[in-house]
Amino acid sequence: MLRIEGLTAEIEGKQILKGIDLEVPKGEIHAIMGPNGSGKSTLSYVLSGREGYDITGGSVTWNGQDLLAMEPEERAAAGLFLAFQYPVELPGVGNANFLRTALNAQRRARGEKEVDAMAFLKLAREKLKQLQMSDEMLKRNVNVGFSGGEKKRNEVLQMALMNPSMAILDETDSGLDIDALRIVSEGVNALRGPDFSALVITHYQRLLNYIVPDRVHVLMGGRIVRSGGKELAEELEAQGYGQASAA
Amino acid sequence: MNAVTGGAGGFLSRFEGLRDRLPGASLERVRALREAGAATLRAKGLPGRRVEEWRYTDLAPVAQAHFTEALTAVGESPALPAARAPNRIVFVDGRLAEHLSQLPPHAAPLAARLEAAQELLAEDGGLPLVGLNAMMFEDGLFLDLPEGADAGTVEVLNLAAHGERPIAFHPRHVIRLAPGAKLTIVETSTGPAGAAYLHNPVYDIRVAEGASFTHVRVQREGRAAFQLSTIRARVAAGGTYDNFTLNAGGRLVRNEIHVVLEGPKAAAHMNGAQLVADGQHADTTTFLDHAAPDCPSRQTVKTVLAGKSRGVFQGKILVRQAAQRTDGYQMNQALLLSEEAEIDAKPQLEIYADDVKCSHGATVGALDPEQLFYLRARGIPAEEARAILVQAFLTEAVEGVTDPIAQAALEEAVSGWWEREAA
Ligand SMILES: Nc1ncnc2c1ncn2[C@@H]1O[C@H](COP(=O)(O)OP(=O)(O)OP(=O)(O)O)[C@@H](O)[C@H]1O
Ligand SMILES: [Mg+2]
Repeated sequence: MLRIEGLTAEIEGKQILKGIDLEVPKGEIHAIMGPNGSGKSTLSYVLSGREGYDITGGSVTWNGQDLLAMEPEERAAAGLFLAFQYPVELPGVGNANFLRTALNAQRRARGEKEVDAMAFLKLAREKLKQLQMSDEMLKRNVNVGFSGGEKKRNEVLQMALMNPSMAILDETDSGLDIDALRIVSEGVNALRGPDFSALVITHYQRLLNYIVPDRVHVLMGGRIVRSGGKELAEELEAQGYGQASAA
Repeated sequence: MNAVTGGAGGFLSRFEGLRDRLPGASLERVRALREAGAATLRAKGLPGRRVEEWRYTDLAPVAQAHFTEALTAVGESPALPAARAPNRIVFVDGRLAEHLSQLPPHAAPLAARLEAAQELLAEDGGLPLVGLNAMMFEDGLFLDLPEGADAGTVEVLNLAAHGERPIAFHPRHVIRLAPGAKLTIVETSTGPAGAAYLHNPVYDIRVAEGASFTHVRVQREGRAAFQLSTIRARVAAGGTYDNFTLNAGGRLVRNEIHVVLEGPKAAAHMNGAQLVADGQHADTTTFLDHAAPDCPSRQTVKTVLAGKSRGVFQGKILVRQAAQRTDGYQMNQALLLSEEAEIDAKPQLEIYADDVKCSHGATVGALDPEQLFYLRARGIPAEEARAILVQAFLTEAVEGVTDPIAQAALEEAVSGWWEREAA
């Protein structure tokens, strides 16, 4: 269970999160929608531990732990995964090497046995196949020269490999073609189960036809202004945020 | 040592005693070159920071050290690393050690072939360090490839072996490729960690029509050592001089390269990487002279600095009026890993032709926080994430080298550098 209470945060003296209250019970998928600049990515960064934010109030507990007190790598090892809205390019770092290093760093932190190169390759190929991605991806440098859609798929590949218990998907659907949207959604749905929860940030109701959320929240001006069932997404699509938030 | 000779006094006075005993003493041209070198050094002294080309590199520590020349070869043979190529040429304190070497065809110790090689020794051109080398050189590599010969990959190992005394050696390497000849040299310079020696090599290189010389230099001198090297290469029509220099060792190192593209479609690559750790100073200074039309040149130099260290990149490209349709590219990038590290970068383009394509760029920065966070968000601890990004920068820096023997030598010098030096 992820519990966010009264979370306020600022960056460079500018308050972005103005008191977020949100609970994601174990096994549930929640969607967050909201206008540009409302603080969705900021929330995802704060949850995953990026530097540069001042947490000025509130708390985040995750499975009983104080999430905000953990280093980003500790959060990852504990099962938190962020699919970046803008995946970062790493010139000079091979994708296969990167993925295996990350996977093994997490395993080491959890006291599990590391996977060797052969076992990793087998695992990676299996996931690539599931996501209908080419093995070529592994040979390239991380996200360098990837198309927008390829970057997003690479995020989902990482998620599939890391097998997190809590995923935050920040506009993973933006930039995906119709087929990729379906494939990526299947990738998320494959993880669905009693021990997997997710926060799916999106601008488009369409994604939620594939990844059907348990709850939908509207984030505006740094606050959750409305919450509801999956039909709220349809309402937003039809009426826009102005109407929906006033309702 | 006095103010007039700017730290060169010791060398000059030893030359007085040595001039009749040095190799080639009976050869007119060699004698003349030595005297001219002495005159240059006497007039200019060791270059000081008032000289524009030496603004960022201070030779005071070299001037203050009291070097002697290693007049006798070391007694026992030094321990050698495993050879990387079938042909390996080993120098010990600047002397070609034939008993330790497997000389490829057309290669010989310069001291033994001075009569044949003397015409190829270039004048010092007013460069004090070349003057010093001319005055004092005892030996070097003479490699004279005939037309169309393919020498494959030759390994060169420069060892400093003399222990305690600060010695200086000034090898002179004369390398000539006749038309269509091909050569790759992979050269490593190393020495004892605590020895304050001076390695002052000069290279006279000629690449004839359609010949191609790939010159990979791995500088891993001992951490108290000085290496001041000067390469002068002339490339004829359709020829290629492809230099890659890794500066990873030494206390104070200058890697100076002059290339003249003399004929149409001659090509030059002057790439390099500098790994500069606490207490080190590394300087790559290059002069590229586009003197003929249709010549491409490529240069990428990457410097990574840790601790209290200093890096220098000076790259001058001169495009003469005759050099129409020059295609030049220069890029230098520095990665600063500490607040106390410093890089001075000075690109310089001087263009007199009107139809040219010359691009250049520079970046200086610390590790990218976005990249660090991306790695950490994937579970990689901060220290390991930093090491990965430094290694990535270094990997990119040596990426252009394709010869597998050179790749192995570079890989060995580069891998784990950050963990060894800075973490
Ligand atoms: N480094 C920063 N300095 C100042 N303001 C910032 C900084 N980073 C983000 N912001 C501001 O914080 C606000 C929230 O940004 P955030 O990226 O969280 O929005 P978002 O809801 O994800 O928007 P989008 O839908 O466009 O992705 C924006 O107004 C943005 O300009
Ligand atoms: Mg966003």
